[in-house]
Amino acid sequence: MKIGVFVCHCGSNIEGTVDTAAVAAAAREFPGVAFATDTMYTCSEPGQEEIVNAIKEHQLDGVVVASCTPRMHEQTFRRTVERAGLNRYLFEMANIREHVSWIGKDREANTNKATELVRMAASKLLHNRPLLSKQFDINKRVLIIGGGVAGIQAALDCAEGGLEVILVEKTTTIGGKMAKLDKTFPTVDCSCCILGPRMVDVAQHPNITLYAYSEIEEVSGYVGNFEVKVKKKATYVDWDKCTGCGICMTKCPSKKATDFFNEGIGKTTAINIPFPQAIPKKAKIDANFCMKLQKGKCGICAKVCPSGCIDFTQQDEFVTEKVGAIVAATGFDLFDWTVYGEYGGGRYPDVITSLQYERMLSASGPTGGHIKRPSDGKEPKNVVFIQCVGSRDKSVGRPYCTGFCCMYTAKQAILTKDHLPEAQTYVFYMDIRATGKNYDEFTRRAMEEYNAKYIRGRVSMIYPKGDSLLVRGADTLMGTQVEVDADLVVLAVGADSSAGAAGLAEKLRISYDSYGFYMEGHPKLKPVETNTAGVYLAGCCQGPKDIPSSVAQGSAAASKVLGLFSKDKLASDPQVSVVDIKRCIGCGKCIKTCPFGAIKEIDFRGMKKAEVIETVCQGCGICTSTCPQGAAQLQHFTDNQILSEVNALCQF
Amino acid sequence: MPVLKGKELRIVGFLCNWCSYGGADTAGVGRFNQPTDLRIIRVPCSGRIDPLFIMKTLLNGADGVLVSGCHPRDCHYAEGNFYARRRLEVLHRFLPILGIEPGRFEYTWVSASEGQRWQQVVTRFTEQIHKLGPAPKIAGPAASETLRQMEAAL
Ligand SMILES: Cc1cc2nc3c(=O)[nH]c(=O)nc-3n(C[C@H](O)[C@H](O)[C@H](O)COP(=O)(O)OP(=O)(O)OC[C@H]3O[C@@H](n4cnc5c(N)ncnc54)[C@H](O)[C@@H]3O)c2cc1C
Ligand code: SF4
Ligand code: SF4
Repeated sequence: MKIGVFVCHCGSNIEGTVDTAAVAAAAREFPGVAFATDTMYTCSEPGQEEIVNAIKEHQLDGVVVASCTPRMHEQTFRRTVERAGLNRYLFEMANIREHVSWIGKDREANTNKATELVRMAASKLLHNRPLLSKQFDINKRVLIIGGGVAGIQAALDCAEGGLEVILVEKTTTIGGKMAKLDKTFPTVDCSCCILGPRMVDVAQHPNITLYAYSEIEEVSGYVGNFEVKVKKKATYVDWDKCTGCGICMTKCPSKKATDFFNEGIGKTTAINIPFPQAIPKKAKIDANFCMKLQKGKCGICAKVCPSGCIDFTQQDEFVTEKVGAIVAATGFDLFDWTVYGEYGGGRYPDVITSLQYERMLSASGPTGGHIKRPSDGKEPKNVVFIQCVGSRDKSVGRPYCTGFCCMYTAKQAILTKDHLPEAQTYVFYMDIRATGKNYDEFTRRAMEEYNAKYIRGRVSMIYPKGDSLLVRGADTLMGTQVEVDADLVVLAVGADSSAGAAGLAEKLRISYDSYGFYMEGHPKLKPVETNTAGVYLAGCCQGPKDIPSSVAQGSAAASKVLGLFSKDKLASDPQVSVVDIKRCIGCGKCIKTCPFGAIKEIDFRGMKKAEVIETVCQGCGICTSTCPQGAAQLQHFTDNQILSEVNALCQF
Repeated sequence: MPVLKGKELRIVGFLCNWCSYGGADTAGVGRFNQPTDLRIIRVPCSGRIDPLFIMKTLLNGADGVLVSGCHPRDCHYAEGNFYARRRLEVLHRFLPILGIEPGRFEYTWVSASEGQRWQQVVTRFTEQIHKLGPAPKIAGPAASETLRQMEAAL
């Protein structure tokens, strides 16, 4: 083999701490290396041209690029060598940026390490073989998990693009957090008025199948051909018949059920439709509060329902859907703020969350849009907002900024004044982060037009004082202690990953960070992709963000899916396992260990043998390390290839 | 290539592509300084790591081997790291029988977001290997024959 080695300066990113010319010089002595040079920016157009020209000029049949991580540019350079007529797998990369130049400043040690990484890559390359991919059919249907504003946007865009969409929502209605909001910053337009019509579009779109009150049970398969088992949880109401008339709710005698939609402000009936604009507008029985399901007595709803849809024996149901791509849009949940003992830890009824306050402000909420103290139903005069509760606070393990709380607090201060012109609002803040279009102007309006008193500092304690609360904190700008009498305290609680996010990630085989937010393919260049082909992200499941950004990601994910489906066939990754039939003894161990059922037993002239189903194999190589005969070999990561890397390091 | 005299020891890492290799990248992007001894071999999954690779690496003169994969339950291939854990645990107990100090081999889990954790893992492991010092080498005229026999025995 004639190998060409290209050592990248990456401007000064690599050259700054690695002598790339010395690496190239050393590489010329390695077995198989016929040409080696250092280049300024290998990934640039002239850089890639240099590779193409060198391949032609020196009749190279293998290329090593020593530059950044292969997770960044392996695809780029594979295409480059392909343009010069080489098979794309006759290429290797040495990661001398992320793993060398960026993690140490010792030029001598770095140069030596970079040289060794190039030697490893070149010795592996000597064992590389050309690999060819196969074409396979794709199922042009998409599954969207989570019906918040991000999922709705992705569903509508995909459906408009002509795709069949399956939308799975965990609760009984789509809409997510946005459906609970009263107004939205920075325009103060009514949340349900802008979201409602889009929710109706979802219900009416001929291409969208909605499974509400459902969850993902199991995911198998791979890009283009996923198989997903959906659990439709029992609602005890036949949704095919339910018209959403709501008569059952007016007659249900169990009126103490938890009102999840209203964030526990007020109670609701055991049989319940969460809000008037719910999609689908269908009733569900909360089994924990239903007297019939708990004690066998009652059954009034069944008697009054004009469509006869109550079914107390209903069970969870499972459906299987075949799709080619998946978008996760499972949003966020509020941080459990009760860990803050200084805010009462949940003991004071008049300390509420921002989302509870939204429900209180909403005309369709439990108080009909009147601001009332939960303790005595009185209108508050002094309303205190505390920002960064469970955000930017290492002591509770949440060092990140939620990003939208500054803005919705300003919104809530404005709305408070709209509802109660006599009220005075106070906002305790750390910094104001208002970086969006028209955002800073909006927070200014809260201060200047709506007279919100912004106090820069943390609250150290909330005490009960008579029938109100005393909020004590610091004013770090004035350098003083402040005490404010509060009738109502609203906590701007930060965003956590949604409940069950990690479990879903494991089913989808995508990664998540230590807080449970899903990892994008690349922090800058692949914001809605994941490292699992065919699985995309949208909205707050990737990290907290406001509505405009969530919607943008919903559309971005949809465009990725439409792009993927614009082809009729996908090319399979040829880095799959192959069983050498001569060595295989038919023990069947690989068949048992393969997590994807990608190996089947075949009969070869009366002998039992194993055979890999190329399109099902995911290329993990578990079979290769299982096979006692070395018969199953993962292409591009064979025993010989890996051991040649070991040898390149150890035998010198 | 001889290891840098007096400065470095020979440490080889086997990292899965999806989590730990990504974590090492994240550490690089975040400029989390690390000792320079480690050389990383990328494999698709920790389940691809044959304990024999580690044995060969150690017998061929490495002073330490570090394996890292996705956290349990977080494997890109669903269960590869469970296979890895079982195999590597057995290997770990087997090392003293072969006369290799068990401290020379370690396996751990680092996700793609845990750049700082990767820095800590590498720093700690490198210090540990430096404390143990260079591994005794199979040397002398019969070295290659001894190695061949040992490998055959494995
Ligand atoms: C108090 C408050 C006020 C706000 N005010 C504003 C504002 O004025 N303007 C603004 O731009 N932003 C505002 N925001 C931010 C806004 O709520 C978010 O940007 C938006 O809701 C994100 O949408 P999403 O679809 O990503 O997530 P979500 O709204 O959380 O929706 C996620 C959906 O997925 C479902 N789901 C979760 N897990 C699963 C699962 N495993 N399977 C199936 N379904 C699942 C959930 O039930 C939910 O329906 C506010 C936030 C809060 C807390
Ligand atoms: S590499 Fe082997 S174990 Fe992994 S998916 Fe392919 S056939 Fe199955
Ligand atoms: S493990 Fe190896 S020998 Fe056994 S059936 Fe699979 S390929 Fe054949």
